[in-house]
Amino acid sequence: MSGNHTRKFRASVKVGLKTSVLDPQGKTVLAALHSLGFNEAKDLRVGKHFEIVLEGNDRTSVETRVKQFCEKLLVNPVIEHYSYELEEVKK
Amino acid sequence: MKAAVVVFPGSNCDEDCFHVLKDVAKAEVQYVWHKERNLPPADLVVLPGGFSYGDYLRTGAIARFAPAMDAVMKHAREGRPVIGICNGFQILLEAGLLPGAMLQNESLLFICKHVYLKTETSNSPFTRGIKKGAVLNLPIAHGEGNYFCDSETLKRLQDEDRIAFRYSSETGKLGKEFNPNGSVDHIAGILNEKRNVLGMMPHPERASEAILGSEDGKKIWESLL
Repeated sequence: MSGNHTRKFRASVKVGLKTSVLDPQGKTVLAALHSLGFNEAKDLRVGKHFEIVLEGNDRTSVETRVKQFCEKLLVNPVIEHYSYELEEVKK
Repeated sequence: MKAAVVVFPGSNCDEDCFHVLKDVAKAEVQYVWHKERNLPPADLVVLPGGFSYGDYLRTGAIARFAPAMDAVMKHAREGRPVIGICNGFQILLEAGLLPGAMLQNESLLFICKHVYLKTETSNSPFTRGIKKGAVLNLPIAHGEGNYFCDSETLKRLQDEDRIAFRYSSETGKLGKEFNPNGSVDHIAGILNEKRNVLGMMPHPERASEAILGSEDGKKIWESLL
């Protein structure tokens, strides 16, 4: 994608460990919540969050690019899954 | 033997590898800066330990796109030996030259200590001088050495005799109590299908001279000669 882009978008990407992968950090944070008396917390997984501003001409092509960002670099599919939300940023 | 040690920003075991290859293994060694697109003529390529790119994003995730990695992949595809130690192992996983991924150590701690490793196969250029079942004493130093792969991949590694080293007791016994990081099946090192790429978390270059407390690492360099 190159040249002049007409629109601006913000992608909000969430990356987490797959459910089949143990999350020792999440377990430790959950135990810390319990030690503070927050016993209603029953499960906790730690993940990552990326906020990306990018340019493009239309929603579909921008979405394709965001997926490429994830699959090429942001996510390791062996251990992680991802989801994203996309919104247009008005200039 | 000619060897090349690839240096990434944040590598910190590159000089140890260089020294051991040159002064202990008596190899001809050259450094390769990560921006180089070509490797010098080399039989062996070493991806050393450290914290390439500050371990940002995931360990090895950014280093695997360094320009020099294309040449390393080519070297590997041609069936020539590549060893990735610690961060080097993590880079090989991210690059897809080895299957699986690294997770944070189960204890969440950075672990720096000597461990025992059981040699699980002599069938590789890196272990051909080591008897199957022989126990090595090598140091580990990592926060993310908890090797993970799905059960299908694990079965393949087992069936194809591609687990090079497992964490063990001094006598070669396996068990959770000898596994420092929670690694699946106590895995400390694995081989690729062609058996010319080895990734291992322990540091043979830090234990190749008696003054450092163990010379067991030398057996790997000597196997390669």
